[in-house]
This record gives sequence, C-alpha cells and structure tokens, in this order.
Amino acid sequence: MSSLLTVSQSPHIHTGDDTKKLMRGVIIALIPAFIASVYYFGWGALIVTATSVLSCIFFEYVIQKYLIRGPVTITDGSAIVTGLLLAFNLPSNLPVHIIIIGALVAIGIGKMSFGGLGNNPFNPALVGRVFLLISFPVQMTTWPVPSGFKTGYADAVTGATPLGVLKEGIRNGEQVSQLMNQIPDHMQMFYGHMGGSMGEVAALALLIGFVYMLVKKIITWHIPVAVTGSIALFTGILWLINPEKNADPLFHLLTGGVMLGAIFMATDYVTSPMVPKAMIIYGIGIGVITVIIRVYGAYPEGVSFAILIMNAFVPLMNAWIKPKRFGEEVKNG
Amino acid sequence: MLKTFPRGGVHPPENKLTAGNPIEILPPPETVVIPVTQHLGKPAVATVNKGDKVLVGQLIARAEGFVSANIHSSVSGTVSRIDTVTDISGYKQTCIIIDVSGDEWLSDIDRSPDIITEIKHSPEEIIQKCLDCGIVGLGGATFPTHVKLKVPAGKKCNLLIINGVECEPWLTSDHRLMLEKGEEIITGARIMMRALGVTKAIIGIENNKPDAIAHLSRLLNGANDISVQGLKVKYPQGGEKQLIKALTGREVPSGGLPIDVGVVVQNAGTAYAVYEAVQKNKPLFERVVTVTGKSLSKPGNFLVRVGTPVAKLIEAAGGLPENTGKIISGGPMMGKALANLQTPVVKGTSGIVVFPAEESQRPQVGPCIRCSKCVSACPMGLEPYLLMSLAEKGLFERMKAEKVTDCIECGSCSYICPAHRPLLDYIRLGKTTLFKMMREKSVK
Repeated sequence: MSSLLTVSQSPHIHTGDDTKKLMRGVIIALIPAFIASVYYFGWGALIVTATSVLSCIFFEYVIQKYLIRGPVTITDGSAIVTGLLLAFNLPSNLPVHIIIIGALVAIGIGKMSFGGLGNNPFNPALVGRVFLLISFPVQMTTWPVPSGFKTGYADAVTGATPLGVLKEGIRNGEQVSQLMNQIPDHMQMFYGHMGGSMGEVAALALLIGFVYMLVKKIITWHIPVAVTGSIALFTGILWLINPEKNADPLFHLLTGGVMLGAIFMATDYVTSPMVPKAMIIYGIGIGVITVIIRVYGAYPEGVSFAILIMNAFVPLMNAWIKPKRFGEEVKNG
Repeated sequence: MLKTFPRGGVHPPENKLTAGNPIEILPPPETVVIPVTQHLGKPAVATVNKGDKVLVGQLIARAEGFVSANIHSSVSGTVSRIDTVTDISGYKQTCIIIDVSGDEWLSDIDRSPDIITEIKHSPEEIIQKCLDCGIVGLGGATFPTHVKLKVPAGKKCNLLIINGVECEPWLTSDHRLMLEKGEEIITGARIMMRALGVTKAIIGIENNKPDAIAHLSRLLNGANDISVQGLKVKYPQGGEKQLIKALTGREVPSGGLPIDVGVVVQNAGTAYAVYEAVQKNKPLFERVVTVTGKSLSKPGNFLVRVGTPVAKLIEAAGGLPENTGKIISGGPMMGKALANLQTPVVKGTSGIVVFPAEESQRPQVGPCIRCSKCVSACPMGLEPYLLMSLAEKGLFERMKAEKVTDCIECGSCSYICPAHRPLLDYIRLGKTTLFKMMREKSVK
C-alpha cells in the first residue's frame, strides 16, 4: 500500500467524462458537416477550416502564454471547436488573412478578454463571424457555387444564396413562386446543394451530428427544437397569410444556417441557459428574432445576430428562471 | 414502467461484486473500541468504568436526552480504558475500549435459531424495546429508531416504507440481509407498523436485486398489508425523499420530514434490528458490513461486532492490497474516506470499499463550462454550479435563498461535473456555515 491513504469528501467516484471528452464529442458531431462542405466546396473548405482552426489554437496559446501568463489550456479542445464553428460560418472562398482576423477576434475578444473558457457571454465563433460580416461585407457575402473540387478557392464561381435570391426578389416585387424556380428545390437544399457558408448548407449532415450529440448526451433537445420549432411556426403563419410574399417554413429551416445555428451555435454550453425552461425561452427568442431579421430586416439571414442577441439575455435568464425545487409545491396525496 | 423519482439522478457503475456472497460471521477481535456516539443526536453517557467486567449485550452507555441511543457491549471482557479515539467522521470522541475474553452473552438474549413471527407487544412496549436496545437507522443516517416510531402530536402516519433500495454502488449488505433474513425483516416491518398504527407498508427494492424482490414477494405470499415494489436502478433512489416520491407520488415539503406527508421510512437492516430487539431481546451490537473493492482477493459480506477495527474486516477479505490509495466507510457516493485502519465499525457502517491508488486522487479542476449537467443531475432541483460560486464568494445568505439547505448531499453533481469541480464540497461549506450563522443568531 502507498504510505498514506487519501482522505477526501464524497463522492469518491466520477463519470470519467471530462471537458476534453465533451469537446471531442462536439468535434466528432461536426465531422459529417465537414465532409459535406468538402464535398460541395472542395479545396476552399479545406483551406478555410485549416486556417481557422490553426489560428484559433495559435491565438489562444499566445494569449494564455504571453499576455495572461497563466496555464495554457489549448488541449481542452475548446479552441478547436471555436475554430471549426467559425470556419463553418464563413464562405469557402474567404481570403486567408480575413480568416485569421476573424479567429483573432473570436478568441481574443470573444473568449479570452472575458477570462477564457466558461466566462464569455457571447458565442466566440459568432463574435468573429459578425465582426467579419460588418468589416468585410463584400467578401463575406460572396458565395461560391457548390461544385466540389471544381469550385476552386480564390477563383471560385460565385452566386447568390437562396435567401439572397428571395430577399432581392421580394424587394423587387417578384412573387415567391417565381423566385422558387431560380433556387434549388427543398430536397437539394436538405442535402446541401446550394450556396452559403461552407458548413451551414448540409442540413442532413448537421442532423446526423445532432443525433450523435443527443445519443452521447452532450446536449439536450430543448434549444434546437425550440429554435427550429419557433421558426417553423412563425414563418408558417406568415406563409399561410401570404404565400406569394413569404417563403414556406421548410425553406426557412433549410437555409441560412438555421440548422448549424440551432444545433451547434445556440447550444454552446457557455453562452446558453442552465435550466431547460430557460433553454426553451432562449430558443424561441432566437427563432423569433431570426424570422424578424429575415422578413423585416436588411439582412437576408439572421441566425448569427439572433443568437448573439439572445446570448445577452442568458445571465438574466439564469438569475430569474429557476428549476422546480423538490418540495416546493406541497402535494399530499 | 418501473417506479422512480422524477427529477435528476445519475447511474454510476453498480459494481455489486459481493451480491452472491452469503453473510459470514466474523469472530470478535481481541479488542473493541466502542464510540459513545454512533447515532444522530446527543452522545450517550458511559455507565461502566475502567476494570468493569462486561457481557455481550450489556448496556455500557445510556442515551442522554430525547434524540440519543443506548450503546451496548458487543463482546464479553474487561473495560481497559475510556479514551478519545478518532472515529469514522475523523473527529476525536469518547470511546469505551474493551479487552475481549471469551464470548459470553447476557442470558436474556434469545440465541435460538427459531423465527418468532407472532407480535405480542403493544406499541409502547415496541418503542421502549427499540430505545432499550439502542436501535438506530442503519441506512447511514443513524437516527434513533424509537424517536422515528413515535408519531408527533398533530401528525398522522398512514404508510411505512421499508428501504431496501441500496442504491449506493458496491454495497450489498441490505441485499444479502433481505435474501437471508427475509422473514425477520417482514416481521420487523409488521412490528414497526404496529408501533406506528399503520395498516400498509411498502418494501422498495431497486430492480438490480430481482432475487430479493422475488424472495420477499414469495414470503409475503399475497399478504395485503405489505407489498414489494421494484424500482428503477437510478441513484439516489434510496434517498428518503426520492423513495417516498417514487413509491407514493408524495413530495416531502422543503425543510420538512417524511411524517409531514404521512410516511415513515426505515431501512431493511433497521427492520431486522427491530425484529431482533423486540422478538429476541437482542440489543444492536453487530451488523452486516460489505467489504469490497476490485483489488481485494476475498470481498464479502460479514456480520461484524460493533467496535471491530476496520483492519480486521480487510484482513477477513483477504488482506490489504499493495496499491491501496483510499478506504471508504459506506458507499463511494456518500461514504467517508478513512484516515486510519484502526477506526472502529459502528452501527451505521454499511460497507468498507477499498480503492486502488490510481482511483483515489481527484483529477485537476477545470473552469465551469456551464454545461448544466449538475442542474440536470440534482434530484432536489437545485443549481449546484450557482451554489458553489456563491460559496466561493462567501454569499451564504444568498445560498439560503437558493435552497442550499434542501441539499441531501447525494453527490450526483460532483459525480457528473466534466470539469471535476468540487461542487458538493462547497455546498457543504455553505450549509455548515449557514447552520452556524443560524445557531448564533438564535442564541443572541
């Protein structure tokens, strides 16, 4: 026996699941969508992902080592997740230097300035993405047309996203039914055959990741279901009121990063609420704001802004919305 | 659908290695160390002096005050000294140390193997017997049974629950007892039903013990006063409030007791002890202890005299393994790590679990990633992450508002935390500080 016994408080056992394993689970869940984006956008997807992930790890390392001079925690996998999610939210032809700026903003401002993992109020990848969208509006909204490795990178052929076509068309007074002829049908969009951010297009692949995360108990169903449910309901009402002015709910669910946002961005542990009740409210908030931006706002899509806006309400929700305490309501049956 | 409590909970690996090992009788050691506090409440007062000769079952310390319990000698021999010794909780406390000679029992203890199922005693006599024989709850909390069997004025009891859940991983002492002493446990339950004046009892057993469920159901043979109910394997199914909720749907109010919803819960081991006290006139001085661990060569269930050093139990289970890093008294979820192998077994010792060195140290603590797993795991609907951060900041009053005093210390939060945060440690700090503050205020 070792010379001394360990004395510590109970419990004396643990699940064995740690932060690293959870992050690894998220990364595994992102693999199908990554494969899909390489399938649709070829080299561009590979270049954007590699640049984003490596820069995120690099900036976290440099900031922790030389600015904060504290422990370096890049092995926990959270920087890889941020890097992947940032890449998934970018067009596949984005120049390398812009991606690096995005990674610096995501990690430097979005995450480390608040104290690193666990302390950031806003989703770091979305902070990076929105910063780029505002700073580089042209590059950030030039979408390569998906044609696999033929897509190319800097020389990619570009075109509008389905949501872009819709927004532009409605503004010009065109009917939704005519506009639908200019964009891929719903089944093609479900598989991901459309323009858009490299990781957001393939709903099927993202759903596979969702199922994986549910089975592995990495996330619960509350947020994704609340986001997609409220978007479907809200756009469904608008569509029923005037189908020539508003697209159908399925169109809205399959386009503009709703799946990526609902499954991977809104469910970010750090920036989402702690109690299921609050998760549902948070998800509904994201859904409603997304539709308002899409239908009434200037941007064709709105998931990123909606999530960031709702992120800001999370501390308030955590303070106000409490789980039902055991024995709170006395029932003597 | 199996019954279960509705909220929270975890499912640790069960590791019930000793479920198939019949109870072995461990002979008395050369010396026993018997603490005068083996129960919740006031310490008992020693009634023997150095040099006194005692017999097995003889009273050696008398209950002091309402919530306290008698202590009896577990051996025959001579009181060698009365001294302070480190007990299972790590505190020093008064113990009566007896040098053993022979094994001579008090003559009024019925040592015959006959099972007496006929109950002749009145409720008052039953409660008196439990008090005389020093019966306490054997599930771990060691609350004096005679207090629990007296329904307070203004309260009504209509159900007795016998807790045979044994939801702690590794432990099998209640399981074995239910298999080997089923008839006695059922009689013990009926004795307590008479004391409480109730006509219904439910024996709750987790579904990983199908043999115990089948055995007790067979013994009951369709009796309509007691039923056996299988429960889903989920920790902490055996928590008093969780068990009541699972079996009856009644929710013990925050800050309340089971009697507030008309229920009294007693452990299966306690039912056996009550049987022995009332029918056999036998005080509580021995109990079944599971001694287990992957590295032990002969893990098993042992009938042990109170006051036996833990070292003797480990010896009986094949000796202390080379790489031992931690020894737990009780189960791994709620048990206490021992600092010393000379620590004596007490009435509340349900098991001794030996962990190898590599499983003894806690991993490095990481930052809270707000995954909310602790919130989902908490069976009391609390927010452990929040309570910990409030405790770190010293905001104890706010912890009270967040219902920290409802915490049952089951450890599900710390068990599940992916950042290995010491959630329960900080919650305990908050609870004890808060209780201290409340006491000081009431004194002023």
